[in-house]
Amino acid sequence: MKRYLELVCPAGTPMALRVAVDAGADSVYCGFRDCTNARNYPGLNFDPDELRAGVAYAHARGCRVFVAVNTFPRAGDLGPWQRAIDAAADAAADAVILADLGTLDYAGRHYPRLRRHLSVQAAAASPLAIRFYAETFGVSRVVLPRVLAVAEVAALIGKTGVEAEVFAFGSLGTMVEGRCYLSSYMTGRSPSCDGVCAPAEQVSYREEGNQLASYLGDVLMNRVDASEGAAYPTPCKGRFLVRGEPRYLFEEPTALNVMPLLAELKAAGVTALKIEGRQRSRAYVGAVVAAFRRSLDALAAGEPLPMETALRGVAEGGRETFGAYQKGWR
Amino acid sequence: MSALTLGPLLFHWPAAQRRDFYARIADEAPVDCVYLGEVVCSKRLAWYEKDLPEIAARLRRAGKQVVFSTPALITETREVKAVAALAALCAAESLIEINDLAAVPLLGGQKFVSGPLINVFNEATRDVLVRLGAVRVNAPIELSKSALATLAAGNPTGETEIFAFGRQPLAISQRCYHARAHDLHKDECLFVCEHDADGLMAAELDGRPLLAINGTQTLSHGYFVLLDEIDELRAAGVSHFRLSPQALDMVAVATLYRAALDHAVGTEEVLARLQEGIAPISVINGYLHGRPGMAWQPRRP
Repeated sequence: MKRYLELVCPAGTPMALRVAVDAGADSVYCGFRDCTNARNYPGLNFDPDELRAGVAYAHARGCRVFVAVNTFPRAGDLGPWQRAIDAAADAAADAVILADLGTLDYAGRHYPRLRRHLSVQAAAASPLAIRFYAETFGVSRVVLPRVLAVAEVAALIGKTGVEAEVFAFGSLGTMVEGRCYLSSYMTGRSPSCDGVCAPAEQVSYREEGNQLASYLGDVLMNRVDASEGAAYPTPCKGRFLVRGEPRYLFEEPTALNVMPLLAELKAAGVTALKIEGRQRSRAYVGAVVAAFRRSLDALAAGEPLPMETALRGVAEGGRETFGAYQKGWR
Repeated sequence: MSALTLGPLLFHWPAAQRRDFYARIADEAPVDCVYLGEVVCSKRLAWYEKDLPEIAARLRRAGKQVVFSTPALITETREVKAVAALAALCAAESLIEINDLAAVPLLGGQKFVSGPLINVFNEATRDVLVRLGAVRVNAPIELSKSALATLAAGNPTGETEIFAFGRQPLAISQRCYHARAHDLHKDECLFVCEHDADGLMAAELDGRPLLAINGTQTLSHGYFVLLDEIDELRAAGVSHFRLSPQALDMVAVATLYRAALDHAVGTEEVLARLQEGIAPISVINGYLHGRPGMAWQPRRP
């Protein structure tokens, strides 16, 4: 069957990789167990041997493996990032997903035949930026930031000639990725350099009467009725006092779901859909990948989209949004 | 000799206030270089663009280097055109500061300053930018003192600039939080950001100030202050120290920093006088010491 859109799925662990491959992923993405990737959470990720085994499992089933080395090395400590690229190439990964200019430069010079994808952490949101990365570093695919409307995605693809991968499902940050320091401002650890936003060891929940308060470091992020249950205290999902009123200043806790927009994204020239969530459970990965597989197969066959209700239960905050794809988000 | 720079005015001040501010900077502030232009929201530029040539000329007559700063995000056609026009205009006499890598192809090969919103976290990235034409490289605010020192030490251009004073830019978005806080949409924002010359406070639910909102930008609420670390960073090769304009007496701030750089006044006294001007807002410097950015690490006795 002809592929409608490539389905790129999260593999936070070797088990999740198998689940995603078995559920119908066209490609999976993963990272090493350290600060070189943007999901550096305890209990996640791969060592080089696990990656080799994962690549073998995926390749045997016609699925590709991308390795995210998409954080920014701090000055004086380039070694882990260079070793991660070496190990990805050694494991016969199909591509590396990169953001840092120095890391892109290293990969291009040492492994010119290893495909380089531009991570969303590089936040290339314009034809100029994308062409800059393509011409300077030979990037063959860009993961577009979650800040563009569908019409903008289409215009951008028309002007670059670089494959575009867009976010289809999962959590939705509102800041330009790779350029947000809110987490390190509050905790000292950042998505950019440490690969972690709102690290779990700095998250706490406290019961205050019938209310539940959530903290990141010593910053009060929200206070809700205990019966509601508090969302994870990611800085851009917090509730703050602004002009005297408590507000979800940046974004309410919701999950992106573009299922109803698949045909529009296809028409816009998108190559691949990315499911977010390497930090999520195997059950999440299995459910989301399978649901998107069914929809993409239906579209490829010219059939109507199946009704998907399975996803609402796994959406962050139990609510879904089209995010910036829909006009009016800004 | 260390240079003191005045970063671009990040907030949306009325045009007249902006003209007066730069007139005073030209006449009285002991800064060596002034960055002009709109970094945060290209919609604002229409309000004061016509004044920039005169402001720049006056600053130059006062012996200051003028660098034109460009937007943190270059996505819309008007932003692309504005940067391209600026590049053509500046080719002969001024440098441009880039804050989005999309600006590089618009420069037509001319030299540039890499701004603090470009992710130059390490020496390999710095070297890529120098190859592309950077003559001065700003470090991101998130780096610690030791990483800053490493970044500065091997810089082949000899010009490394770091953030020394002001609210620290923490994030940029396509979404306007100033408009959102007023239940408005970015496209019909009524320029509500103009009412908050120093940013709009966002506090924790129990009232403790946390952040400052400036249109699409989010900044620290506390003022970052780098003082005790100056000598060590200068010794490592940091050449330029940036003061970010706030709704304060910036001439006084620049004068204090000049005195600190020249060792004319002790850093303890400079800090005390700065705090006097800033109070009740707190000072922060956590990033320098590998701590949360909002923390304050006092001088070790």
